[in-house]
Amino acid sequence: MSADPLWSWNLVGDVRQMWSYPFMVNAFRAGAIVAVVSAAVGWFVVLRRQTFAAHTVSAVAFPGAAGAVLLGVGAVSGYFTLCVTAALVIAALRGTGDREESALTGTVQAFLLACGYLFTALYKGLLEGPQTILFGTFLGITTTQVTVLLGVGIAVLAVLALIGRPLLFASVDPRVAAARGVPVRALSVVFLVLLGAATAEASQITGTLLVFALMVIPAATAQTLTARPAASLLLAVALALAATWAGLIAAYCSPYPLGFFVTSFAFTGYVLALGVRVLRTAVPGRPVGEVAS
Amino acid sequence: MIEAMEPAVRAVGPRAVRVPASRQAAEPVLELCDAAVRVGGRTLWSGVNLAVGAGEFTAVLGPNGVGKSTLVKALLGAMPLAAGEVRVLGDRPGRAGHRIGYLPQRRSFDASMRIRGIDVVRMGLDGDRWGVPLPIPGPRRRAARERVDEVVELVGASAYAHRPVGECSGGEQQRLLIAQALVRRPQLLLLDEPLDSLDLSHQGGIAALIGRICHQEGVAVVMVAHDVNPILHHLDRVVYLARGGSASGAPQEVITSETLTGLYGTPVEVLRASDGRLVVVGRPESAGDGHGDGGGHVG
Repeated sequence: MSADPLWSWNLVGDVRQMWSYPFMVNAFRAGAIVAVVSAAVGWFVVLRRQTFAAHTVSAVAFPGAAGAVLLGVGAVSGYFTLCVTAALVIAALRGTGDREESALTGTVQAFLLACGYLFTALYKGLLEGPQTILFGTFLGITTTQVTVLLGVGIAVLAVLALIGRPLLFASVDPRVAAARGVPVRALSVVFLVLLGAATAEASQITGTLLVFALMVIPAATAQTLTARPAASLLLAVALALAATWAGLIAAYCSPYPLGFFVTSFAFTGYVLALGVRVLRTAVPGRPVGEVAS
Repeated sequence: MIEAMEPAVRAVGPRAVRVPASRQAAEPVLELCDAAVRVGGRTLWSGVNLAVGAGEFTAVLGPNGVGKSTLVKALLGAMPLAAGEVRVLGDRPGRAGHRIGYLPQRRSFDASMRIRGIDVVRMGLDGDRWGVPLPIPGPRRRAARERVDEVVELVGASAYAHRPVGECSGGEQQRLLIAQALVRRPQLLLLDEPLDSLDLSHQGGIAALIGRICHQEGVAVVMVAHDVNPILHHLDRVVYLARGGSASGAPQEVITSETLTGLYGTPVEVLRASDGRLVVVGRPESAGDGHGDGGGHVG
């Protein structure tokens, strides 16, 4: 994996050298796009407690990519097609109820994972590493792929900005929102589609198993640290971006996979945030810095 | 007995003084004429007649499952009437949503809800607007913030409005939710069992707050209640729902042995304790209701 494991004390020189590889530049661009989009969508996922639906959508990215490669149409289209389709299926299965239908969601997930397993078996091992689909890679991200990620990412963020405020209302307080004329059901469907698109994006960087590293962990960390909606959303984006770029640097100068580093950094942030919160509740009314010193 | 009747009479007396003659003469805030609702081919209630004016406090009472919440839904326009007529703020129900504050039943935020109380109140103001508010200072932004602070102050929630709402107690959350329902200055407040699951001291506090909002701010209040006692002192009017009928009027006229016996078709006796609390014997509960609080309360 490592392109150049040497890492000197000259940070500027090292970064310049790292970015002299076009694939690393593409990896940083793709990582930035994916981090921003999945953290923003993930912030609502955590608020709406739809992590199981998010998990299902990310799990079906695996059969999506495997099936698309098997059909010879390229993994990227497979990710987007199946993730968005899965989101629509979940939306349809949820019916009229407020609650997430976890049994139905789980059933769809199990069936599609089985399909993915079949597709990899049918491809007879030539499929470019199921490991890549499952755990992500930063090698070989093309400029075209970055353009697709950027286009889809901008579309997702634009829709999210348009529906942001009513979606927040519907997520926190669905019954009053409905009484105020917010189209709660329609927003829920639109949001699931955004979730599908964002998951398809993140899957290409972190792998389908570790989408949560960018979608759920930064949002959960931010919501642990602050209850102000705007601050919390921006913090989630910043944390996801930091974890992704730090993960890319670590993966660049070590032989270990990118998904591991991104997830570990994000997880470390979450544990630290929990620690901060525990300290805050232990000594109410005092800033954390005073407690620590 | 005469002493015990006093609280109910007091509640009606001063109201006539508070509501100006011009407003009394104006069209009622809400009006039900011979209204009936049918769910799945079964008539829940029928023959409901009710007129509520500005600044009047009305309680909707009746046994479990009789359709008290359904009445609120009918007023919101979420449930069509099977018979009769309903007018809310001079229009068909569902047409005046922004002038109605609504508090649904049994709503609470658990500890994992990491949103401040003040954000929940703010959603009542402009949470249904599209787009994302931009952090640009301006008169509209200041006005919105001032209105939210004002209504939080009105319900007495300033001390905890900036804490995550999931960390607030049930009574504190209820005050914040009342603030949310009030933030757009509604003319009508629909409350579905707001005292449910609160302890007695909080019930009294919230009841007094709702009474104050109603009589001082001139907001008409329709409140579904399980127990009439915490709100009895503040009430102007009660509606008892029964299968196939209803009774409405001033509390001291409706909460009597004769009226309730006639309405529910079983012998019901209303007793008044020396502190004004009501005891209903042979209470009008529906069959199969497993709620066992010993026949103590009207509701």
